[in-house]
Order: sequence, then structure tokens, then C-alpha cells
Amino acid sequence: MAKLVVAGITVPLRAFDLGLSLEVGSTTALVGPSGAGKTTVLRAVAGLVRPTAGRISCGDSVWFDAAGRVNEPPDRRRVGLVFQDYALFPHMTVRENIEFSRSDPADAYLERFRIRDLERARPGELSGGERQRVALARALARRPDVLLLDEPLSALDAHTRVAVRAELQGLLRDLGLPVVLVSHDFDDAAALADQVGVIIDGRIRQTGTPSQLVAQPADPFVASFTGANLLHGQAEPAGALTRVTLEDGTSIVTVDEGRGAVVVAVYPWDVVVSTQRPDDSAMNVIAGPVMSLVELGNRVRVTIGQIGADVTAESVARLQLSIGHLAFASFKATGTRLV
Amino acid sequence: MRQAALAFVYLAAALVALAFLLLPIVAIFVHTSPGHLIDQLSNPVVRDAFAVSIKTSVIAQVLILLFGTPTAYLLATRRFPGHSAAVTLVELPLVLPPAVAGVGLLVAFGRFGLLGSSFDALGFSLPFTQSAVTVAVAYVASPLYIRQAIAAFEATDRNLAAASRTLGAGPVRTFFHVVLPLARGGLVAGLALSFARGLGEFGATIMFAGSLQKVTQTLPLAIYAEFDRSFDATLAMSGVLVLVSAVLLLTLRIGLAWQSSSSPGSRSLFGLSTSA
Repeated sequence: MAKLVVAGITVPLRAFDLGLSLEVGSTTALVGPSGAGKTTVLRAVAGLVRPTAGRISCGDSVWFDAAGRVNEPPDRRRVGLVFQDYALFPHMTVRENIEFSRSDPADAYLERFRIRDLERARPGELSGGERQRVALARALARRPDVLLLDEPLSALDAHTRVAVRAELQGLLRDLGLPVVLVSHDFDDAAALADQVGVIIDGRIRQTGTPSQLVAQPADPFVASFTGANLLHGQAEPAGALTRVTLEDGTSIVTVDEGRGAVVVAVYPWDVVVSTQRPDDSAMNVIAGPVMSLVELGNRVRVTIGQIGADVTAESVARLQLSIGHLAFASFKATGTRLV
Repeated sequence: MRQAALAFVYLAAALVALAFLLLPIVAIFVHTSPGHLIDQLSNPVVRDAFAVSIKTSVIAQVLILLFGTPTAYLLATRRFPGHSAAVTLVELPLVLPPAVAGVGLLVAFGRFGLLGSSFDALGFSLPFTQSAVTVAVAYVASPLYIRQAIAAFEATDRNLAAASRTLGAGPVRTFFHVVLPLARGGLVAGLALSFARGLGEFGATIMFAGSLQKVTQTLPLAIYAEFDRSFDATLAMSGVLVLVSAVLLLTLRIGLAWQSSSSPGSRSLFGLSTSA
């Protein structure tokens, strides 16, 4: 499998300069807030945006080299780019869209993506999930050396999203192509990619496997992006542990070492919710009113004071949690990270 | 009560305005009997003027299409120093009084004009020829096409052209297979407007090309020339132009609807397939 190498490219954007390097063997996700420059990375690789510096190559072919004055046009780079809004040609049928690249006949793709019945339909008649399948089929029918996916799940409703995510996971695994996908959602990125780069203001803050990013976030931003609760406080050593006094006076302990102003990261799935002050091995207990109850798929995100905890709907019912009532959030000292 | 009165005022104003717009058109057809009007169509002056108008208009519109389309595409998709000056220049003939345009053309291409001597050296003279009619029509009508074409190209989704490029199509194939089909409705509408304006051209033509029957006398010029000679011929030619204008207006409407329907979601208009 040819590797995609993006070496030190710079693209001037309105608010900042995008500057990054990437080496993509299997599936890499770039996650970050909107406006971080994620899409620009894909457009630079595809040749739709011209960097001012750096080099982009795929296998043996050099697509862009500022020093060597190489800048292959998009049609000479073998990329399959799936746009965020899919960018299907509205005046062509599904079959015509897939055959636009004149590389492969559409039939195999119509079968593989279960869109055989839709071959004569126009994009305007399709649902979001169907459009995405057509867009993927069209991009792959070009027989690309690299697949680029721009927010592959964001245009779908919550219902379709879960199914498409699972489907996409299988597809990306079977493809054997370097894939770069961008997403603003860490969970989507973690589900689809082996490597995740967190990108903010045009720079990659941290790269790693999804579990590395969760276990050792490099800074508070990465931690919050991976879904952690962030608690600000003052740290001081307390025996073998570290005691952190939070802004509201509550004190918690952590196994990480630190001193002075710190941020404690706690993941919602490490927080236990109860209605009585717990008496167990968890050293940290934060009491407060239930601020909100939000359903997230098959879980419920309970916010107690400033701590979010993920519990099942059954637990919410069993504990009779309701907004405004006092509840306790507890978590172990080993479930915290200082960032 | 006051609301009812207000509604009545709106209705009355609208009725007066619409009647005012329609009345002259109706008057052209009811002034003499239809049979009499049709007889006039065999009048040589009418037939010659019709031929001159059609020939010069068609050539002028082809030229506008060939030069205007790339110009509009460039102005719609590229930003460069002097861009807004170029857009303003394109619109200049729209606000220029036609007679002034005619004088301008005369002193540019006339025998003693800016380019006239070089034309003279090549052995031809433009003013007062049928080609001069075409040039005058192209000059005054082109902004209507180019403006509409810029809007049509700007309305097409830039990502679709980008998608075409990433799928291996070069700029030319992208233009003809993606951009042009998507902008088609707007271009047709622009051409209809430009054709209508060119067909009615009077001021610039009479200054630059004169009004010589069979050579430079277009329908509007013949209408003026026949005005005190044969009023029936004037009416017949006016009737013809009204009918042509109606067809052009309909084309404009269809074109605009077609343009807005080439966004995702609609398939065809009036049963016409919008596929390439």
C-alpha cells in the first residue's frame, strides 16, 4: 500500500496559517473544531488548494513540491475526495455520477454499495445515507490511491449515523487504502480511524491512537475534545498522591503528580452517580444538584454541578434522577489525569 | 374598515398599472383588422426589414455567446486586480444612451475614427454596412447576456466543479459537462434578454449604420420610416415584434425556472429532461 506523505505544508488562511505534516498508512482522522483548517488539509492533498510550502507525495508520485515547483492539477492526482455535502452532480443519474471518472464501470459499485435500484435516480431524489453511498462509490470508482473523507457522518441524522458508522468501519478496513478523514466529533474519529490527530488553529496538537489520546491527553484542549470533564484547581502533594483544591473549595485526589494551577481531566464513563453519599473505594465525591439529563444514543449524560457522567437510562430510572435534585458524582483517584 | 380600504387602494393601483402596461399592446392588434395586418407582411419594406433584423440579430447573438460566455465565466470564478472595474465596464453599454453608443462606434470604427484608418488600409469600411448593424446590436445587447451569465455561473456550486476535477476531468471537460449544464437555464434567460434588446435596437444603429432598405434597415428603423408613409405597415411590423417579444419573455421565464431547478431536488421542468 502506497503511503501518503504530507511534509510541512503551509497554507495561509484568513485567521492563521495552516501548517502540518502527516504520514498516512491506514486510516488517519483529523479532529478539531470547525474552522481549524481540517477541510483545507484535504483540499491541499486533492490539489484544490495550493500550499505555499512543503511537499505532498503518494507512494512514488510527487503531487506537490514547493521547492521543486511541482504542482499536479487535481485530475492528475489519484485521490477520491468525498465532500461533506457529497457534491453529487444534480443533473446526472446515480450511474452517470459513478461513471463520471471513466475508470471503472458502475456495476460492481452499484452492487457493493446496494444502490443498484437507484441507478437511474438523480441525487435530488435520494436520502442522506443513499447520497453518501453514491459519493463513496463515485470516489472509489476513480480507483484512487488515497481516499479523503470530509465529515463523512455530519450530514446524516442521528439514526442513520450509527448504522453508517458501522458500515464505514467495515469498508475502510477492507479497502487497503490510505484514508484521511476529518471530523469535529472525537467519537466518530475514534470509531473509524487507527490514528487520530487533534488539530486546532491549523496545527496538530497531538497525534496517537484514540486510546492514547484518552489516556494521555497532551493539553486541556485535547482532553476536552476527547470528551473529558475539566476541573480547574490548585495542586499540592499529599503523601504519595496529589491533592487538588477546586475553585469551589471541594478537594479531590489524583495519582498524577503536579503542583500549582492544574486542570484535572475525568472521563464521563469513569464517573459513578448515586443519590446517597457513597461509601466505597472512590476517593473523590462531588455533591451537587442535577443540572441536566441528555440522552446520547443508548446512554444518558447526567450533569451534576460541573461534572458530566455517562449512565444508562435504566440507572436514571432506578435512581429516580431528576433535574434540581441532589446527587453525588464519585470517581477514583486512578480515573483522573492532570493535564 | 381601514384594512379593507387599504386593500382596495392596493387593488385599484395594481389594476391601473397592469391595464396601462397591456393597453398599447392590445391597441396594436385591434387598430385594423387582422387580415389587413397579415396582408401587410408581403409588403417588400416589411419583408426586407424582417430579413435584415433576423440576420443581424442572429449573428450578433452568436458573437455575444462566443465572447460573452468565457468573459462571464472568468468574471464569475476569478478574482483579480481590476475585477470590479471589468464588471462595471461590461455594464457600461446598459446605461449609455444608445445614440451616444452609435456616435462612439462611428468615431471608433468610422473612416476618420480611431481604428478607421487601419480598417481603411485593409480595404473595408464598417459604417453604414450590414456588419455595422450587427456591431451596434452586439454593443448594446451584450451586457444583458453577460450580466445574467455571470450570475448563472456564480450560482453554480463551486464544489461540483472541484469534484469533477478530483474525478479526473480536466478544466475543459469540467466546464462542458458540469458547469455549463448547471448554468444553462441562466444562460438561456440571458440570451433571451439580450436578443430582445438587440431586436429593438434603434439609436446606435441609425447613427452607426443608417437606415437603408435591404441593407441596414431593421424592423424598428422601418417602423419609424414607414410611420408617415404606410401606417398599416408600421402596425404590422409592430405586431410581429410584439409576438417575438412574447416568445422571448416566455423563454426568459423558462430559463430562469430551469436555472433554479438545476439545484438538487428537482428533476425536470415541463417534462423536459435537464440531463446533458
